[in-house]
Amino acid sequence: MTDIAPSTGPASASEHSAAGHSAAEHSAAGHREVERIPYDVVVIGAGGSGLRAAIEARLAGKRTAIISKSLFGKAHTVMAEGGCAAAMGNVNSNDNWMVHFRDTMRGGKFLNNPRMAELHAKEAPDRVYELEAWGALFDRTKDGKISQRNFGGHEYPRLAHVGDRTGLEMIRTLQQKVVALQQEDAVSHGDPEAMIKVYAETTITRLIKDGEGRIAGAFGYIRETGQFVVFEAPAVILATGGIGKTFKVSSNSWEYTGDGHALALLAGAKLLNMEFVQFHPTHMVWPMSVRGLLVTESVRGDGGVLRNSEGKRYMFNYVPDVFRAQYAETEEEADRWYSDPDHNRRPPELLPRDEVARANNAEVKAGRGSPHGGVFLDIASRLPAEEILRRLPSMHHQFKELADVDITKEPMEVGPAQHYVMGGVEVDPDTGESCVPGLFAAGEVSGGMHGSNRLGGNSLSDLLVFGRRAGLGAAEYVGRLGAKLPVADEGEIEAARTEALAPLQRPDGENPYAVHSDVQETMSNLVGIIRTETEIKKALADLETLGVRASAVAAAGGSAYNPGWHLTLDLRNIMLMAKCVAAAALERQESRGGHTRDDYPGMRPEWRKVNLVCTLDGDEIRISRQPVPPMRDDLIALFDRAELKKYLTDEEMAALPAEAPASVAAASEEAH
Amino acid sequence: MSYKAALRVWRGDHGRGDLADYAVEVNEGEVVLDVLHRLQATQAGDLAIRWNCKAGKCGSCSMEINGRPRLACMTRMSTFTEDEVLTITPLRTFPVIRDLVTDVSFNYAKARQIPSFTPDPSVGLGEFRMQQADVERSQEFRKCIECYLCQNTCHVIRDHAENENAFAGPRFLMRVAELEMHPADTADRRDIAQDDFGLGFCNITKCCTEVCPEHIKITDNALIPLKERVAGRRYDPLVWLGSKIARRPRSTGTPKVPDNRH
Repeated sequence: MTDIAPSTGPASASEHSAAGHSAAEHSAAGHREVERIPYDVVVIGAGGSGLRAAIEARLAGKRTAIISKSLFGKAHTVMAEGGCAAAMGNVNSNDNWMVHFRDTMRGGKFLNNPRMAELHAKEAPDRVYELEAWGALFDRTKDGKISQRNFGGHEYPRLAHVGDRTGLEMIRTLQQKVVALQQEDAVSHGDPEAMIKVYAETTITRLIKDGEGRIAGAFGYIRETGQFVVFEAPAVILATGGIGKTFKVSSNSWEYTGDGHALALLAGAKLLNMEFVQFHPTHMVWPMSVRGLLVTESVRGDGGVLRNSEGKRYMFNYVPDVFRAQYAETEEEADRWYSDPDHNRRPPELLPRDEVARANNAEVKAGRGSPHGGVFLDIASRLPAEEILRRLPSMHHQFKELADVDITKEPMEVGPAQHYVMGGVEVDPDTGESCVPGLFAAGEVSGGMHGSNRLGGNSLSDLLVFGRRAGLGAAEYVGRLGAKLPVADEGEIEAARTEALAPLQRPDGENPYAVHSDVQETMSNLVGIIRTETEIKKALADLETLGVRASAVAAAGGSAYNPGWHLTLDLRNIMLMAKCVAAAALERQESRGGHTRDDYPGMRPEWRKVNLVCTLDGDEIRISRQPVPPMRDDLIALFDRAELKKYLTDEEMAALPAEAPASVAAASEEAH
Repeated sequence: MSYKAALRVWRGDHGRGDLADYAVEVNEGEVVLDVLHRLQATQAGDLAIRWNCKAGKCGSCSMEINGRPRLACMTRMSTFTEDEVLTITPLRTFPVIRDLVTDVSFNYAKARQIPSFTPDPSVGLGEFRMQQADVERSQEFRKCIECYLCQNTCHVIRDHAENENAFAGPRFLMRVAELEMHPADTADRRDIAQDDFGLGFCNITKCCTEVCPEHIKITDNALIPLKERVAGRRYDPLVWLGSKIARRPRSTGTPKVPDNRH
């Protein structure tokens, strides 16, 4: 193994410069042949939802492949910090699924798919307990249960967590569960990879269908070698995460190029609500190189407060009407809440993320920002140093190592950055299946669950709940097919191969890195946290030009581990996502959750009934409207009319079922 | 504020290659990974680098910077002088795939040999009760981001490929310790820690601890306590006497998981 240590000897001196662009490498080996690998279920993405889905499909007896763009265990889920929301009621026994459901709908400004929000709230606790049974070590309460912390928009302490590295704990636990299943298979099948196998550093560029439009497989390449491969499978689960790399300042890792969103669109599926992009309120703003690095919401959950350059705790000025009843009006009341939450209202720093992000943005625009264009997040004056180190070790580490700031002694400078996309593939809530037979989606790549804005902590629980459901849904779908398996269309495979090879064969196209950077600049400047019609139209026009450039990029070098080539292929997806977000943002003439229109401030009840749907028509993105799925009467009864009135139209209010007893919600809470 | 840094970056694949010289712009506050990205975007589009989060949380961008195993995303350019030449090479212990990317499959193979978490099957969902003080020991080890810098550094395998079969490396001996200290685990991995995973090779030079970007005290908190547990099981005279008096054969530990793929 060690004989490959880097050699600096003169003998190999010319090797590289020759190899870089040589014809020899271009024609290297039979990599142009397409390898075929049959599976029952193929999961694209190895983050929380992908691994949870794969585990479930394997537990249902299906041969399952996990395709990961990076190494096993590195997925973006590791960056989740604060925790996983689940109404276990371990810290405050008043909590239950109904309270969680209500908080989720409020956070999403009632645009959520109510069935998804219901399933999520009901099933999250068991999914967390399941992780514990697979070896996860969450922080504990005094009586030895899983501890739970406060977070924005959650009425009670609800987030199961491990310090501020909860995502890492989840990914590692799921990774180790996959390994445990492989160990079982080594015994029962004589091969650890007989039933579940991870294809690390492998990218899918096209879904392949059969003549009837059903999913028949997925086409991609192995990054290490450039080898093309078709995973022949009747069911594909998309679990590819989000679209962050469409924006310049984002907390997302390089993998977040909207692959699953784009694959679904290209295969004929529908994307919902792409205008709703979450700008998380607190990221590092300095140094420039770490601009966009996440600062967990736990800082605020654990007592941290936001101040402007005048030292003022400004969030009290930004409580919107719909939330006024639930948030404190004075610093004294807000501070009392931490020790006595039953008799005081929550501090406004714990409003949902969209509200806090807009507030931070507004303070900076009003000239009350920090030296580097952020605001101050202060935990140093709120908790003893040792407590900060215990609860927020990663934050301390990150500021100390990258910015020379000791957060136990001084405030952090923070500002909003792109963090999450609420929009995604429209799926059946119970099974995760899209409108394309055999195509499933779970986690960030799916849409509907979070409405117009996701609450912090609801992502990790979303991954587990809907990852499991998609795995089960796919397994059942494959079971129903029996022996009548779809056969991959050879024409589609050949087209996918040609498409993937094109950038390597273009003699002198543009540098993909330059085009990517310009797309990000356009999106961040023109379709960012605050939007206007003029700017969005400008973005759409710019994207047309950028699209032409993106389709003519070229990659120097060969097909073996060549990031330049990989980016040329990812660019197609990034372009599609940029266009979807911009087109949907132009269409929705109101401000709601992760979509703020300066020219249409405020929510409009008429728009609450509307989901915007992106589909692909040839090369064009089409936007259409469809109704938001209605809430069942028993779920509506969980809210009082005064609150519903803030969101619904007069006609909707009039059509509500006869007035439910005012105490239904309270009574059902007691039933917990 | 910006300047041009002199970089010597190892380029090549499958054992053939050499250091290539580049001059790359550096701006205030940047880390080595920023500069490598700029190199990639402007001069060497096909430069192979493995990275993900650029936040020190995923452990992907492990490489050797001026001979020291580091995460490129957590190594600030301000720790070098402006006229210092930066030599950037792939991890030495693992085979090179291309440029700065190495084949770390050794680690995944070792991970699969360690018997997984084995709870008491009678404990129902949500019924585990553990104290914070008890979970904290294993929690420290679960901070591991699997960057494999410790594996790369450990002298038992760094220049001794012949030890690879018999030695799992600090990361996976720590995984054994983590499971052994897990309050709800029931398996006994002490025998295999010594016999199959080569705990005895470790002579506690603490190199692994020194390079750990998560500052996990691998040697002090995982490896030494694991050695003590193994010694307690095998060599404690009272335990030995007890097993003689009770006329009971010593219980057998949990066996290593076989890899019977081939």
